[in-house]
Amino acid sequence: MADNAQSQSQSADVRTTGHVWDGDLQEFNNPLPTWWIYTFYVTVLFALVYWVAYPSWPVGKSFLPGINTVTYVNAQGEEESWHWNTRAKLLVETQEAVAAQKPYFDKIASLPYENVTKDPELSSFVVSAGKALFSENCAACHQAGGQGKIGLFPNLTDDDWLHGGGFENIHETLTKGRRGYMPPFSEALAPERIDELANYVVSLSGGKADPAKTAKGKDLFHSHAAACFYCHGDDARGRRDIGSANLTDKVWLWADVPGAESDAARIAAVRRVIAGGLNKGVMPAWEGRLNPEQIRLLTIYVHELGGGR
Amino acid sequence: MFKNFKHEKIETNVGLLLVLTMLAVSAGGLVEIAPLFFIKDTMEKVDGVRPYTPLEQRGRDIYLREGCYTCHSQMIRPFRDEQLRYGHYSLAAESRYDHPFQWGSKRTGPDLARVGGKYSNEWHVQHLIKPTSVVPESVMPNYPWLQETKLDISDVGDRMRALRVTGVPYSANEEEYQRNVKQFGEAVARTLHIPDARKNLVAQAQDGNFDGDRASVSEMDALVAYLQVLGTMVDFSKIKPEELVKFR
Repeated sequence: MADNAQSQSQSADVRTTGHVWDGDLQEFNNPLPTWWIYTFYVTVLFALVYWVAYPSWPVGKSFLPGINTVTYVNAQGEEESWHWNTRAKLLVETQEAVAAQKPYFDKIASLPYENVTKDPELSSFVVSAGKALFSENCAACHQAGGQGKIGLFPNLTDDDWLHGGGFENIHETLTKGRRGYMPPFSEALAPERIDELANYVVSLSGGKADPAKTAKGKDLFHSHAAACFYCHGDDARGRRDIGSANLTDKVWLWADVPGAESDAARIAAVRRVIAGGLNKGVMPAWEGRLNPEQIRLLTIYVHELGGGR
Repeated sequence: MFKNFKHEKIETNVGLLLVLTMLAVSAGGLVEIAPLFFIKDTMEKVDGVRPYTPLEQRGRDIYLREGCYTCHSQMIRPFRDEQLRYGHYSLAAESRYDHPFQWGSKRTGPDLARVGGKYSNEWHVQHLIKPTSVVPESVMPNYPWLQETKLDISDVGDRMRALRVTGVPYSANEEEYQRNVKQFGEAVARTLHIPDARKNLVAQAQDGNFDGDRASVSEMDALVAYLQVLGTMVDFSKIKPEELVKFR
């Protein structure tokens, strides 16, 4: 190695820095490749142009704004220019995109909901734009396909709707948000009474329950002592205006009846809800976060997920 | 002076090399960062931005402790794709009371600058305990201890005092309190008063019931309270977009 390095430094026009370490270690001092050095000069020139064209150097309490400008339309509808910056660029891009989508959104806003779903072009716009909106904003709770999660978030693909599944209902839910509430009965009723009620409730949708307890539970359900019928209705089918659940179908949200492995577990699941009540099921209000056109579009998208009425 | 100067001199002198390297590196920082402290138009003039309440501030401490920032940024950039996904781009004014700020550019998870109000408290609790239970494809770790751990509120006043030194307008006396009343209104000013910090913290936790358990104040309460306030202080419906353009 030593010989090799020495011969190189001696033979060619490659110079060394002249340092020698450890007796034989030398340092080459090769010139930079020509292409590299000229590229470097070009980048210096580029910087000079860039400084002139774009906001660059700070000067006192301000800075050089550059000669590039962006023209956008302000809130009064007048054209306005400002030195180049990403916020102005974004404003222009947003205005262009809004203008491009405007024909679709205008049509969706002017047509009744039903007619939008019948128009193939609008439908495909709703599906593609709605999917993006749903995935970002709704899927965290209602899951990617809208199937929800028992015990946490409602399924949007079945035909059971606590607050109604019509276009107007969905629109209201999206705009204003919702909140689930049921009082806890653990202090008002003895555990046996709650057990009787749970038997009755499970029997309502055809589940296996103790007949004697079911009969007692039925009386209790319609009595003023437990007063279940105030909210769930005489027929236990729930009331859309207050969002109380229909207890006669096999769709469950809060009590995990479908996931229970035995008849006893099914009844226990219902018992837990009656005893503990509910003060959850908060659907955020999307008014303000999404604009009205987006909410209208999402209304149709959710309606078309499969369960809309 | 430089006539006889050879780079060998730097290379063979570690102390000199260190000093000159630091000078060279800090030149870039000085040119890029220092002017921002003096240029008038960096901080937007918007209403609504206030310091965090004691509970939110403790939540923020937990956010830092758990290293949330290693995967989540809190800065929405002024690009259309970001705006469509996360909401309005972040303003400098919105992180004026953040010490340290949480801007970042590392996003394994989504940006959280405007996560406040987007999901319900229950969702956050469920998601923090076991993220895959609500987002099946998530790679976020579980944080079940937040719900089980009681929040340490013994030093919340000291933490606010420390932030006060950095310029966050928490009030330590009546005079500062009155100044806050003028700037933020009475309701907010009360939450910024250091002598009442513990009382305010407990009251907010019980009132907001962030973790679904009113009986005790858990770390979950604090973290969810913090997450729910992120990006919600400024009302963008009251600001014309072109006004913000002029702060750049």
